[in-house]
Amino acid sequence: MRFVDNDRKPLGHGRMLRKEDPRFVRGKGRFVDDIQLPGMLHLAVLRAPVAHARVVSVDVSVAEAHPKVKLVGTGATLAERGLAWMPTLSHDVQAVLATDKVRFQGQEVAFVVAEDRYAARDALELIDVVYEPLPAVVDVRAALDAAAPLIRDDLDGKTDNRCFDWETGDRAATDAVFATADVVVTQDMVYPRVHPAPLETCAAVADYDAVEGALTMWCTTQAPHAHRTLYSLIAGLPEHQIRVISPDIGGGFGGKVPIYPGYVCAIVASMLTGRPVKWAEDRSENLTSTAFARDYVMRGEIAATRDGRIRAIRTDVLADHGAFNGVAAPSKYPAGFFGVFTGSYDIEAAHCTMTAVYTNKAPGGIAYSCSFRITEAVYLIERLVDCLADELDMDPVALRLRNLLRAEQFPYTTSTGWTYDSGNYEATLHEALRIAGYDDLRREQAERRTRGELMGIGVSVFTEAVGAGPRRDMDIMGLGMSDGAELRVHPTGTAVLRVSCQTQGQGHETTFAQIVAEQIGIPPADIKVVHGDTDQTPFGLGTYGSRSTSVSGAAAVVVARKVRDKAMLLASAMLEIAVTDLVWEKGRIQVVGDPNSFVTIRDVARWAYGTGDLPDGVDGGLAAEVHYDPASLTYPNGAYVCVVDVDPGTAVVTVRRFVAVDDCGTRINPMIIEGQVHRGLTDGVGMALMEMIAFDDLGNCLGASLMDYLLPSSLEVPSWETGFTVTPSPHHPIGAKGVGESATVGSPPAVVNAVLDALRPYGLRHVDMPLTPSRLWHAMTREPES
Amino acid sequence: MQVTMTVNGEPVTREVEARLLLVHFLRDHLALTGTHWGCDTSNCGACVVWLDGEPVKSCTVLAAMAGGHEVRTVEGLERNGSFDTLQRGFMACHGLQCGFCTPGMLMMTRALLDSNPDPSEQEIRDAISGQLCRCTGYASIVRSVQWAAADEAGTRASIVDEE
Amino acid sequence: MQVPAPFDYERATSVDHAVRLLDRLGGAARIVAGGHSLLPMMKLRLVNVEYLIDINDLHGELGYVRVEPNRVRIGAMTRHRELLESDDLRQLLPIFHDAERVIADPPVRNRGTIGGSLCQADPSEDLSAVCTSLDATCVIRGLAGERVVTMDEFYRGPYETAVGPAELLTEIRIPLRRGGSSAFEKVGRRAGDWAVVSCGVGVWLDGDMIADARVGLAAVGPNTTGIPAVSQALRGRPPSEELYVEAGAIAAEHCTPVTDQRGTVAYKRHLAAELTTRALRRAVERIGGEP
Repeated sequence: MRFVDNDRKPLGHGRMLRKEDPRFVRGKGRFVDDIQLPGMLHLAVLRAPVAHARVVSVDVSVAEAHPKVKLVGTGATLAERGLAWMPTLSHDVQAVLATDKVRFQGQEVAFVVAEDRYAARDALELIDVVYEPLPAVVDVRAALDAAAPLIRDDLDGKTDNRCFDWETGDRAATDAVFATADVVVTQDMVYPRVHPAPLETCAAVADYDAVEGALTMWCTTQAPHAHRTLYSLIAGLPEHQIRVISPDIGGGFGGKVPIYPGYVCAIVASMLTGRPVKWAEDRSENLTSTAFARDYVMRGEIAATRDGRIRAIRTDVLADHGAFNGVAAPSKYPAGFFGVFTGSYDIEAAHCTMTAVYTNKAPGGIAYSCSFRITEAVYLIERLVDCLADELDMDPVALRLRNLLRAEQFPYTTSTGWTYDSGNYEATLHEALRIAGYDDLRREQAERRTRGELMGIGVSVFTEAVGAGPRRDMDIMGLGMSDGAELRVHPTGTAVLRVSCQTQGQGHETTFAQIVAEQIGIPPADIKVVHGDTDQTPFGLGTYGSRSTSVSGAAAVVVARKVRDKAMLLASAMLEIAVTDLVWEKGRIQVVGDPNSFVTIRDVARWAYGTGDLPDGVDGGLAAEVHYDPASLTYPNGAYVCVVDVDPGTAVVTVRRFVAVDDCGTRINPMIIEGQVHRGLTDGVGMALMEMIAFDDLGNCLGASLMDYLLPSSLEVPSWETGFTVTPSPHHPIGAKGVGESATVGSPPAVVNAVLDALRPYGLRHVDMPLTPSRLWHAMTREPES
Repeated sequence: MQVTMTVNGEPVTREVEARLLLVHFLRDHLALTGTHWGCDTSNCGACVVWLDGEPVKSCTVLAAMAGGHEVRTVEGLERNGSFDTLQRGFMACHGLQCGFCTPGMLMMTRALLDSNPDPSEQEIRDAISGQLCRCTGYASIVRSVQWAAADEAGTRASIVDEE
Repeated sequence: MQVPAPFDYERATSVDHAVRLLDRLGGAARIVAGGHSLLPMMKLRLVNVEYLIDINDLHGELGYVRVEPNRVRIGAMTRHRELLESDDLRQLLPIFHDAERVIADPPVRNRGTIGGSLCQADPSEDLSAVCTSLDATCVIRGLAGERVVTMDEFYRGPYETAVGPAELLTEIRIPLRRGGSSAFEKVGRRAGDWAVVSCGVGVWLDGDMIADARVGLAAVGPNTTGIPAVSQALRGRPPSEELYVEAGAIAAEHCTPVTDQRGTVAYKRHLAAELTTRALRRAVERIGGEP
């Protein structure tokens, strides 16, 4: 059997095996719940059983009397310390433990600290809370009704459930186009609430040292430095006395960006008990209380000429933000980067209005590899384009080719003000069509249709905006979205790179070593990447929004080039020759025209720390640090083709094939890129066909376990087929763009488009995700669901 | 109550509560933290270990029920510091990213290859169908197992691609 | 992960020992076999157990598939995996292989038992549909000895069976009749999920006519629904596509699904019909020698 050789050991970019793998395959990963400290206690959280209620009383006396219980905390406990409420990442506040009301099912009400996790769980049942249930706002469309109960009565002067309003684009220009367009297609569509559900749930071990006044916090966080700064603001601890360590993390996908009440409770508990305290949430807590994703109700409109030239897009969005606005988005972007909803097309006008509301559900909205709402934007445009194709009776590929941005149009500024850096969308799409054998697929489809078989082909072409971002424009709670990097080469020529971002599986210990190796010629095996520990790494805003390669990766390039530049100067002293007479050849510095006169980077390192002469103005050592402020976002893109078969008798969908061609600019490690893409494609199948966090009329969460919130297994997904094109980003020092979320962004519309294509004989314009068999069958038969 | 079992070939005896789940016994009492947990409803499979040579979900077995039996975990996969073929296969084919599902996947696929040295892609997918991975999209896990099977059969060959 | 409340643990060494323990410990005692129905419920604290009686050591006594001239006897402790891998069952009663392929997943099948599944009596449980369609009987042992009940008698309601507080299900008996075969169809939202609807069918031909046919549906009512009206409609008639469709319509009429996250009433009724039709067609094809 033949396999691609991934073990190429490149001196820089290229295929190489991951340096971090050995510990994971041996079961020696260091995840937060693996941590055992002497005297460590366990914390469990009591959660609200109802979606909306006044908290009448909380009686902890019986729980406190449990022999293994050390501490019980309530909203009152925290309120005494000014910690019952905490700021969210979106300039709202969130309850750490409920004081007046509970506002979503699963909200934190009290905590118990006990000697072991079993006793802690037992003690939760001994806490007696009396609730006075209130009517709940569950249907987002009813949140602003006059009769809707007020959720956020904790906010001064709040009289309704409006969270914010937002707008982008040019209303007048867009309305003018719509008024005169040949064809206007309107389509309502919902991107349902889903959840990133990493396999490892959230957890923390808080260890407060009262003698030193220092807190060490191991935590499943994607943003340890940001957490450190926020804990310092929330808990009043000096920031230099806080150390946040993000060890091995079992998947993040945006769900591990926010600060959760459980973390704060663990810190308080450690302070009060004087012992380390571990909190490890169970899966139902993860699904019901941590950051959900999406939940946008969108009305989309597309205006075009009769022959398929798209002229304008208009959309109105109702956004369900849950009980608190906790979205992790740059502060000037309350709707994230949804503004890229004009997609990959040359569109003269666009306008969006958005109303975000509170409901009695968990807070969140930005998570699950959304690239700050680009999943929603791409779904909108790619569905609208297919709806237009259906209206015009045009092949959806032909319609896209008619409207795709052309290579010579870059950099291209959209009608909503986003400047795409580079791309060759036609080439990317043609490559996808080639791999898929698109024409053959259409022929096969026609033939199968004569036999009543339902085969569908769906296409999605998407543009992403990643790498937040330039500090003057992008911040989270006033912290500019820059990243740092420090590179230190040792006397013996090996090196340590310290980066701001850290990995939850993306392979940074390998790819970042490769980035540096490419610049300074030290083999990746000789470069250690340190990440995740705020004591040991430079400040940065963390790993999400595909910013690791775009921002931290760029920082790594820049710092490596600084080191290389210094190496050149040192080499000039070593070789007693002007720097201008030297040339760099990855790993060695040689005299122009005299290849036998050279020094290696290892030689330079030895010299740097040795006794030899140094050039004027140059100090010893071989190290550098940078704080990198990205000039711009970068814009990966892709073209996907999905093939499905739908069983006409049961409406069960089988994903037969999926072709994904991604353009993430310069490719650092193709093996890792492919892995990132495979993951996102699986997400897409899941969201399109089976994932939804549903609620009943009372606000009870129906997706509280993995039995109800269904994730794709190995049997729901095909063998992925991937390809690539390369259009480097002019804004990135090596032209890389980021790819971690591309497939999650681009794949759901491809799957939905494919299913609807399969059902063309039934004349269906649109069906909302998830396309469960029951939902599809009702759409096919037109039988009303209730 | 006292429970005695063999874990990775070594007999162990501990005083436990009857309700202690095998996964917690392994992780918290024996410090074998390679076996993970990820759900409440026996769905995710991060906890798969061998019980008397058969893969089981250790979150749904009591330590007490494993008393008198043989348990094998991912820590018992390597031999004298040498990687099992499957461990090498997962590394060679990028069959892991965050590593959280990996121990369970390794234990399941080791059992698969032990009983079926030349599994088809469908058979591999069937074998791991009770275990979730949120990172790899499964295709690279399938390839990792195929790599190991070919390696054990002596039929593995590598190709150099264009990049 | 959620964990159970405290309880005491006993291990049974024989069937009689298990029955005596149940008798002694009373209503607060529960049997655990594979544990993949009971333990999850205990972890979620949906059921409170004071004494757990582990009967896994009874696998030697109660784990078997025995073929006799007129019947197959399956021990209650037989694991799902053993049912899946049994060549005898595959040959004689292929419905078991069909069903086990789509019940739960491999590690769960290594532990779960047919006895445990039947005794859980979840309305969505697949083996109940299988046993109903095969006209199985259940052997229950108590202090006073053994008694045998039909599948109809076995199910009393959702999560409720005829097995009394100091009794143990020990064996399931499936009659073997000439000229028959069986098949199972299931629709789930995802591999391993409970059925949206599943259907088991047993068909027996006498010459060109259907001598008997039995249908068992899961997830369409409070308990596994055996549908006598289908049997009546099919007996004495030659198998045909039209007949399968007619049987499907009758099945759809005679079940009482509810709308839930898996599907609506209308969709489930439709599936009841569709899957009955498919399973009948398949079973008859098997009688004709197809796999």
